Amino acid sequence: MTGGQSVSPWHVARLTVERDLRLAFRRPAQLVQPILFFLIVTTLFPLALSPELSRLRDVAPGVLWVAALLSSLLALEFLFRDDAQDGTLEQFALSGQSLTWLLFAKTFSHWLLTGLPLAVVAPISAGALGVDFGSMPGVVASLAIGSFALSLIGAIGAGLTLGVQRGGVLLSLLTLPLAVPILIFGARATELAIKSEPYGAPLYLLAAFAVLGLTLAPLAAAAAVRIGLE
Amino acid sequence: MTAELRADNLHLWRGEQHVLRGVGFVVSAGQCLLVTGRNGAGKTSLIRTVAGLLQPEEGRVFWRGEPTGVDRSRFHSETYYLGHDAPLKGDLTGAENLRFGVGIRRRFLPDELRAALARTAASDFADRPVRTLSAGQRRRIALAGVLLTTATLWLLDEPTTNLDASGQELIKTLIEAHLAAGGIAIAAIHHPLELDARATTRLELA
Repeated sequence: MTGGQSVSPWHVARLTVERDLRLAFRRPAQLVQPILFFLIVTTLFPLALSPELSRLRDVAPGVLWVAALLSSLLALEFLFRDDAQDGTLEQFALSGQSLTWLLFAKTFSHWLLTGLPLAVVAPISAGALGVDFGSMPGVVASLAIGSFALSLIGAIGAGLTLGVQRGGVLLSLLTLPLAVPILIFGARATELAIKSEPYGAPLYLLAAFAVLGLTLAPLAAAAAVRIGLE
Repeated sequence: MTAELRADNLHLWRGEQHVLRGVGFVVSAGQCLLVTGRNGAGKTSLIRTVAGLLQPEEGRVFWRGEPTGVDRSRFHSETYYLGHDAPLKGDLTGAENLRFGVGIRRRFLPDELRAALARTAASDFADRPVRTLSAGQRRRIALAGVLLTTATLWLLDEPTTNLDASGQELIKTLIEAHLAAGGIAIAAIHHPLELDARATTRLELA
């Protein structure tokens, strides 16, 4: 009696992403929070530091990346929390579908909602920090790839801290060491892009981290979530 | 092999507590196992252990003669677990919840969704955000989800919670129809559930 048509992995992923996007747009405040945080931090720097453009341009990569890292750490707490509370994760684990794949789909939609928007609004902050318009593609590309890697790595920590009440601080502590390489190479790629030098090498390394995260992080997150559900 | 669920000598510890002490049973197609016992006797733990959410320290659960851990995804695709809180998103409507929640298990037509909602008398409020619904209404939405999965094995934890008299009757009708179609149900219950005695086994947890 079990039956009906079987469901393809793509269909499962599409449903999961669609559901997360729909939920996010019904509750826009949570959606806007990390983006607003990023914009506020990055636009306060030009006000606090000397308004000399050449100086600002020197600190721009660091400012952009630290703000992006902190903003994605803030958002990570919400990655699995609601689903753990209302039993959705349990249903994922018991759906007969691959939990790894479902969590990857969730992480992907999380990046669409919290990581990608940072890359999209980055030119505003970068402009305020005196970055030339010609350097923007490099800034946006490095932030887009870097935030994707951050979301993936963060999924492990988010899975591990599921059972912890107010696990936000623990989550940051767990994720930060793994996020540091991304910060280093991401800031380096952005710096080279701002100086109009070839920034391919650090960008490729960043992409390598994202691919590594893509292959390993969902597996680790699924194992962590299974333990968390016990 | 025909549908049959067997649990052998399950022992489960939660921290210092020995919750399940050698629980075993067999339920085959068309039968229902009602698990009773006082609060804290381990009814929920037993259901969750059978579902595979908890790993017993000792003993195993067999589905169609095979340990459930061997082909977990096949076992889960034939099983539906409904805990005492319905897994519904407050910001989505009831129909949307089922479309996504059950949609990852199987494809179904909009007509099937409507039919399932009609059977649990949930059609009237299926298009309202779940957060605006009462607990009993949520339960009816969740029960429509159980029907929609077409799972063979139902694992129901306190299915009658928050339901009014007609809801209790509904649970009974749904389980009986499910058994008549060759399904299996395991339900942890507090309130007596008058099912056909020939199809029902009772398990009292101490």
